[in-house]
Amino acid sequence: MEQPDLEARRVAKRYAGLVAVDELSFSVKRGSFFSILGPSGCGKTTLLRMIAGFLAPDSGDVFIGGQSMSDVPPNRRPVNMVFQHLALFPMMSVGQNVGYGLSRRGLPAKDIAQRVGAMLERVSLPGSENKRIDQLSGGQKQRVAIARSLVLEPTLLLLDEPLGALDLKLREHMKIELKQLQADFGTTFVYITHDQSEALVLSDHVAVMNRGRFEQLGTPQSLYYEPHTPFVAGFVGANNRIEGRASQVSGDLVEVTTEQGLRLFARRMGEVQAGAAVTAFVRPEVATLARNVDGLPASQPRFQGKVASLLFDGANSAVLVRETASQTEFHIALPQTGQFADVAVGETIAFGFDPERALCFAAAASSGS
Amino acid sequence: MTHKRLLFGLLLAPALIWLLGLIVLPHVDLAILSLRARVAPGEYAPSLRQYQTFIEEPLYWNTFVRTAVMSILATAITLLLAFPIAWTIAKIARGRARSLMFIMCLIPFWVSETVRTLGWMILLRESGVLPAVLVQLGITEAPIEMLYRDATIMVGLVYTSMLFMVVPLIGALDSLDDTLIEAAYDLGGNGWSILWRIIVPHAAPGIVAGCIVVFMLTLGNYLTPTLLGGKNSLWFTEQIYTQFITRFNWEQGAAFGFLLLVLSSAIVWVGLKLSGQHFGDVMRRS
Repeated sequence: MEQPDLEARRVAKRYAGLVAVDELSFSVKRGSFFSILGPSGCGKTTLLRMIAGFLAPDSGDVFIGGQSMSDVPPNRRPVNMVFQHLALFPMMSVGQNVGYGLSRRGLPAKDIAQRVGAMLERVSLPGSENKRIDQLSGGQKQRVAIARSLVLEPTLLLLDEPLGALDLKLREHMKIELKQLQADFGTTFVYITHDQSEALVLSDHVAVMNRGRFEQLGTPQSLYYEPHTPFVAGFVGANNRIEGRASQVSGDLVEVTTEQGLRLFARRMGEVQAGAAVTAFVRPEVATLARNVDGLPASQPRFQGKVASLLFDGANSAVLVRETASQTEFHIALPQTGQFADVAVGETIAFGFDPERALCFAAAASSGS
Repeated sequence: MTHKRLLFGLLLAPALIWLLGLIVLPHVDLAILSLRARVAPGEYAPSLRQYQTFIEEPLYWNTFVRTAVMSILATAITLLLAFPIAWTIAKIARGRARSLMFIMCLIPFWVSETVRTLGWMILLRESGVLPAVLVQLGITEAPIEMLYRDATIMVGLVYTSMLFMVVPLIGALDSLDDTLIEAAYDLGGNGWSILWRIIVPHAAPGIVAGCIVVFMLTLGNYLTPTLLGGKNSLWFTEQIYTQFITRFNWEQGAAFGFLLLVLSSAIVWVGLKLSGQHFGDVMRRS
């Protein structure tokens, strides 16, 4: 098997008795874009800082390019980091920023100038060596920060939520740019974020982290369509979360009954006992809408409800529907056809979904999301 | 509009009066004094004699250069000692420890400068504490006189100046983003390169501000060199004092005062040029 660029073996870190990273083991393939996705406080920053070398793990070891990093300080690791607020050196020009690492390696000034120039060209900032940092736009700063790290040709590039400080429009743009840069350079990227959209769009593999552990590690598609835990189902992508009891389990289908009396069917994920507390998830785009019940396939359970509010967001528009009998709220995506463009608040509407595409988990004792 | 201007003028008035009354007027008077000579009792004529005396008399020259060199040295030593202290307070200490350390820097200034300097004399004089300790420890056979040496003057000057260096340095270092240091370390930097390429350039305005203040205070200090250095301290302010008070030669004293002003301005200017800083920036940042 090919040598992974990054491998963690039972890496753990505690702060004053609190577990920040709980004996994590994983490996990242060469040249891949790997994201660690999790809510704030899940331990992802601690993990990243252990990979970079700013923190030492309490136990376990990190291997980069097959080498143990246990006694290697950050300035000797073949790893570079793009910081959350970029941490560009304001006292240096763009060229000096990009050349800093090379000059630390003792390269002759001529070589440095040449490599800095070539790198700036690759990040589409040719000839900006003499600009000051404060003359750059947010996106340009981002590119300088990446160039400053990549010019050192690290085995691994760590990115600590670098898009967090940008406004939405620029963030969308930088997402695409980051993915292209990664594909161009072929460097292994390890990216941490709390933004599931960033993780899904950018990554080859995503690890969903919660309370110091990986809940699930897989491709963005597998996380989205086949979440292994209620936490992942709730955290990755939008989802309607319905708590209830498994009133009936037949094969892979579970009948879920909520306290308010709503009954629905969902696919069983993992072990579910009849009568046990369960959590069901229905994605907004899984449900189909119709003006009345007859408009829906009779093979599926059908519901009726009132439109409680309209959530217009262009292509991501949705309605909030309150089911008539149980008053359960459902977040349902509006189809792109424009068929429901005239739907109004207060209108009665029918909806249903394929039970195979709804998921049911045994409710965890405390599956905080 | 006129109201606003009036208010602005009133607010500015004390500063202007202070500037005019206590700085500009006396200096104009000093300038006039320094440019005249007594030709007969009670009779004066414009002359450059005072300045000529300064140039022709090596004692004055030597004192002048010595004062400047010692002041620069004292400023440099103060900077070297204050930097780690400021770094500890700004970057390492947290919460109570931080306030406590800052107060420790401040405490010596609750005592008047005279008493503070006399404290040094009690410690260092021949029959004082430190020589006695050295004898007790068997390091010296007989008590040695530690006063009236250049090194002693230096200790006193650095001690007096410390706070004025620490305060602007804390301000400058406090505003340095820690992730810049981490980033430099991550990119392969080591302690020295980070100090020279990241920390010092960032703190430069604070360093220069501290140096200007300490240098001015040291150059113009009278008490510390006189008490710790005794008769032979040869500090330029002493010459001025002697001319005015002992010799009653106000003309000569005024000329010396003016020369000191020119000297300090020139050295500060050279310092700013060498460090590539601008006076306005330095004063704004400190």
